[in-house]
Amino acid sequence: MIEVKQVTRYFGRVMAVDRVSFQVEKGEILGFLGPNAAGKTTTMRILTTYLPATSGTASVAGFDVHQDSMQVRKRIGYLPENPPLYTEMRVADYLEFVARIKGVDPRTRKHAIAETMDKTGISAVSRRVIKQLSKGFKQRVGLAQALVHDPDVLILDEPTVGLDPKQIIEVRELIRSLAGDHTIILSTHILPEVSMTCERVVIIDQGRVVAEDTPDNLTRKLAGSQRFTLIAGGPAGGILELLNKVEGVRQVKLLETGAPAQTHQFHIEGDAEGSINPAIARAIVEKGWDLFELRPEGLSLEDVFLRVTTREEEGGGQ
Amino acid sequence: MKNYLAILGREWKSYFSSPIAYVVMGLFLLISGVFYYLLVTNFVQMCMQADMQARYYQMAVPKLNVNMMAIRPLLHNMSLFALFFLPLITMRLFSDEKKSGTIELLLTSPVTNTQSILGKFSAAAGLYLLMLLLSGLYMAVLFFLGKPEIGQILTGYLGLFLLGLCYIAFGLFFSTLTDNQIIAAVSTVAFILIFWAIGWISGMASPAVGKILGNFSLIEHFDDFAKGVLDTRHIVFYISFTVMGLFLSFVSIESAKWRGR
Ligand SMILES: Nc1ncnc2c1ncn2[C@@H]1O[C@H](COP(=O)(O)OP(=O)(O)OP(=O)(O)O)[C@@H](O)[C@H]1O
Ligand SMILES: [Mg+2]
Repeated sequence: MIEVKQVTRYFGRVMAVDRVSFQVEKGEILGFLGPNAAGKTTTMRILTTYLPATSGTASVAGFDVHQDSMQVRKRIGYLPENPPLYTEMRVADYLEFVARIKGVDPRTRKHAIAETMDKTGISAVSRRVIKQLSKGFKQRVGLAQALVHDPDVLILDEPTVGLDPKQIIEVRELIRSLAGDHTIILSTHILPEVSMTCERVVIIDQGRVVAEDTPDNLTRKLAGSQRFTLIAGGPAGGILELLNKVEGVRQVKLLETGAPAQTHQFHIEGDAEGSINPAIARAIVEKGWDLFELRPEGLSLEDVFLRVTTREEEGGGQ
Repeated sequence: MKNYLAILGREWKSYFSSPIAYVVMGLFLLISGVFYYLLVTNFVQMCMQADMQARYYQMAVPKLNVNMMAIRPLLHNMSLFALFFLPLITMRLFSDEKKSGTIELLLTSPVTNTQSILGKFSAAAGLYLLMLLLSGLYMAVLFFLGKPEIGQILTGYLGLFLLGLCYIAFGLFFSTLTDNQIIAAVSTVAFILIFWAIGWISGMASPAVGKILGNFSLIEHFDDFAKGVLDTRHIVFYISFTVMGLFLSFVSIESAKWRGR
């Protein structure tokens, strides 16, 4: 659905995007992750035809963003970094204007607007002047603007910025519910957001793609192992011995013995492939010992993020 | 066409949802009204003086012409007021979109640059037309007082309108260049002033050059309209000037994307 090939963009002598390539399949949600000034916004602007690439090509739904920009524009909904709001207008009038320039059929326009306001939770403020809304609501109106013509492709630049935790969850759910019918790219530097909403992640840093995979695979691959914390009741020596025999377990360490005697905390490291936690749980329970907690410790996406982006700075490359 | 109308409609409403349209229209009418009053009372005084002199010397009462003595200078004054007021209604057309980021919506929607430019241009032109029509009430009053020539008033207003379109087209152009409205307005006034007086300025240096450059002077083309003379050369000049401004706006928007907007 979206294809980016070797896209490069200079601003004067500053290279904002450097030979970026990636693809997004129909119905997929792609997370676009990177530190400040990585080139996320610039890449999105190229995809939305706002800016041309200096070199390379990009296409949306089979249309080249440069040659067939009008066809591309018809098929995308774009939420820029700063929601593009005519703040002196009322919410409903604003959406009416957007629906008109996006080419929504006049007969279904009213319905489309009402439905979008409903989805984004702004029906209650439809008669308010945008200027007077809170930041979070402005952000939602921005999101509504991107959705009103029910586009095939959604390009969302930091869609949850400025929302409260409850709204963030709602917006993430909304985005997830849109996948399937819509192809979505969303950028963020909030890592949990990516693991929660996206099926695939592209990490970019200093204009270059430094990693691309599912959130799970990324954490695993980069960690090179999986880690768990285990809290179990039983003889410490017995548990240690047992765990070492479980297939895939590389190393077990007894960390401490807890307050209720006979409760121990272990640190377990296992191979990167496959999941070893069911085997561990089964082994403990079959022995008749108590299993209090088995918590995956693996590198968080944060660690991955820091690793790939700092490696880059050391000049190692990915 | 649909997009053009959508953009035109949004701009039009936005003029009236902020005080700007009212302030600009109000001040334009007020200042024109003051000059109107001064010129008309001055004319009436002169008529009375002439009348008295004529009686004193027992001569025929000379016919003073309201068209030449009041309306023509008033039209000239209004062409100058428009120069200072129209940039205030064009300065926000693109600057504001750049500043607030709505340009990203506009330029990623299936709207061509020509449609946006013409939509915005028409909204400003419409507001100006409204201003002129309202000021036309002053002229209407003259018909109760005397017998002015309607032809000259009509050509004068046509001239004012076409001249205003030149101001608006270049006001639009300067607003594509910056996200700062003040800069857009000031550059427009400065630019137009140069073209206004290009004839006199160059005439001071060399009368020959002055004559040639005078052809490009906005105000020299206006005088015939104010005198009641309708000449296609002047109409063509104003329309070309306007098209030039619109074309430059188009080029400016197209090329900005390479610079990073
Ligand atoms: N219009 C522009 N003119 C000049 N330089 C620009 C422009 N837009 C972006 N840049 C430069 O390009 C680089 C990438 O910027 P970009 O906005 O794409 O980063 P980003 O990943 O979106 O960052 P953030 O997370 O802070 O939003 C930066 O160095 C920025 O200064
Ligand atoms: Mg950004």
